[in-house]
Amino acid sequence: MYNLLNNLIGNEYVAAVIAAALPLFVFILPFALAAVLLERKVSAFMQDRLGPNRTGYRGLLQTVADILKLIQKEDITATDADKKLFNLAPVLVFAGCYAAFAAIPFSGAYIGADIDLGMFFIVAISSLVVAGILMGGWASNNKYSLIGAMRSAAQMISYEIPTALVILSLVLVTGTLSLHQISEQQTAYFWNWNILGGAGLGFSKLLLIPFMIVGFIIIYISSLAEVNRTPFDIPEAESELVAGFHTEYSGMKFAMFFLAEYANMFAVSSVVAALFFGGYQSPFGYLGNTLGISWLVPLEQFFWFTAKGMFFVLVQMWLRWTLPRLRVDQLMTVCWKYLIPYAFVNLIIVGLITLL
Amino acid sequence: MALKTEEMVLNMGPQHPSTHGVLRLEVELDGELVLDVKPHIGYLHRCFEKHAEAMNYNQIVPYTDRMDYLAAMYNSFGYALAVERLLGIQVPERVEYIRVIMGELQRIASHLVAVGTYGVDIGAFTPFLFGFRDRESILTLFEMTCGARMLYNYNWVGGVSHDLHPDFVPMTREFLKYFKGSLVEFNNLLSYNKIFIERTANVGVLPLDTAVNYGVTGPNLRASGLKWDLRKNDPYSVYDRFDFEIPVGSGEKGTTGDCWDRYYVRIREMEESVKIIEQALDQLPDGDVHSAIPKRIKPVVGSIYSRVENPKGELGYFIISDGTVNPYRMKVRGPSFVNLTVMGELCKGHLVADVIAILGSIDIVLGEVDR
Repeated sequence: MYNLLNNLIGNEYVAAVIAAALPLFVFILPFALAAVLLERKVSAFMQDRLGPNRTGYRGLLQTVADILKLIQKEDITATDADKKLFNLAPVLVFAGCYAAFAAIPFSGAYIGADIDLGMFFIVAISSLVVAGILMGGWASNNKYSLIGAMRSAAQMISYEIPTALVILSLVLVTGTLSLHQISEQQTAYFWNWNILGGAGLGFSKLLLIPFMIVGFIIIYISSLAEVNRTPFDIPEAESELVAGFHTEYSGMKFAMFFLAEYANMFAVSSVVAALFFGGYQSPFGYLGNTLGISWLVPLEQFFWFTAKGMFFVLVQMWLRWTLPRLRVDQLMTVCWKYLIPYAFVNLIIVGLITLL
Repeated sequence: MALKTEEMVLNMGPQHPSTHGVLRLEVELDGELVLDVKPHIGYLHRCFEKHAEAMNYNQIVPYTDRMDYLAAMYNSFGYALAVERLLGIQVPERVEYIRVIMGELQRIASHLVAVGTYGVDIGAFTPFLFGFRDRESILTLFEMTCGARMLYNYNWVGGVSHDLHPDFVPMTREFLKYFKGSLVEFNNLLSYNKIFIERTANVGVLPLDTAVNYGVTGPNLRASGLKWDLRKNDPYSVYDRFDFEIPVGSGEKGTTGDCWDRYYVRIREMEESVKIIEQALDQLPDGDVHSAIPKRIKPVVGSIYSRVENPKGELGYFIISDGTVNPYRMKVRGPSFVNLTVMGELCKGHLVADVIAILGSIDIVLGEVDR
């Protein structure tokens, strides 16, 4: 994609910017809008309600209307807030979430920035979110926001460790950090997916399967914690901290936090899909290859990628509307006493298996 | 060198999603650790007791509805019973049975809100709506009977305002049948959820002696292990004719008297209420519900203290009559008010999240705390 744009435009910087920004406008913003609606519909379904059904056909325009409302709202800054940090925080959170999408391969033909350190980049840039949340919580000059921000920082930083350890164990198997290449390796059929031991053949593939499943469970739990979803939605625990770190935010700044949260849900889901479930690869081979229509293949890949991402987003929603919330000390216990030791052991065993 | 730290005072409420109304908790925090909790009340004070002195006995009934607005039926039940005892009237049997049926339906409705909102306090939203969905069926039954869904003005002195609708009995039976299954679903969703148990077991343990010293009553007292239920221990109306259990906390998931016990006692009380209503529907006699309503209520000089087992605990009415049509003095012993006093004791040494869990497990209604 980047090369194509580079040839078309002739300026590599402009091409890079367009390539990186394209998913944001073409896919992620509409996705976030749709995901908010989806969440409300899913929760309504689970709770015997109807959900939004007044705006547009069956309520399809509900989030659009909500965002329009938020844009029109007064942008309130609390009197004693630290204005600079207060304004910067939503931007950082938003930027951190969306920048991660630059390195996510949507299909074989489209990846915003195909960098070798793709996975590393995503983990690193997601940390911007922590800084943003801390800033927002501190600058609001509100006790609830402060507690929420402190919890959030502790939580997100802690849970990055098991995530990173699982990614490391996967890197041992695949030998690359580029999500594009990781996806490419899991080509053709679903038994080549990393969750089933990767594309390699032989004894070690069979040995890998249980440890890959453990790795997947660990990274999925950690990703829930990283995007502050139930049962780890402690930073914004509405029954304790009103709205946590974004209590004082209103209008478009609030909308930025809100959209960032939903974008982040898809980001972590698609990373999990790319790492363990073949990324954009089809589980059953491609119709385009069979029919000999080459341009169909990337479209199919995009479909499979979105479908896998959406599946994990739906699981997140399902969990959210089923489970209660953990307490902050229990959250830390889960991370430090269970996930990290298991992730370590998993890493060592996967390393030994790859040595075989 | 040790860093200097200081405690933070956090004002929870009166506008806060989990204070169940307009309660203000002054929470002293060391990080996330709670050092002290002081409840501040009075935001919803409506001078019920003083107001009652200026009204005649019938006019007070709607005001009693507005105390514990989640258990309005039971409040007026208790009031009507007190005035009837003061007057020395015997109401027809049908009225007694209707009152018991309504009262127990109201108990289920009140407990459904209690356990549902408790789920929200812990972070689970779906049980809340399940609870409200089932409560809706009960409110439909009430609406069918007296036209109101929240504040009924149903239990009058000497009778009830309307007789039962012809469809009431079959519809109630149908609801009870459905509700038994619904409770199982509720238990699977929330009560036995691992995270829920982690959050509530061994949290906010209320030892029996503390509970008795503070005058805690109702499900909170029973959760601490004492089998004390006025329906059995000081039977009123026709409660002595029904066969039902008094659920007590047993520390099944943690310590006796913890939040989970308080929560679970309510779940089991709903099961018992279902039993009572079923028996009452079977025994329901015919009769005129208006026959004993006095034309004019003018008790002789004297006083009465009459208590009933409201969904929240012991609801007592102390009425002094000076022989006129208005009570000379009306004092209410509200269970929520008394139960709330134990809050500070329970919260010490817990975390912020536990304060919410404990407050929710005490199940207060601010309308009655402040009156």
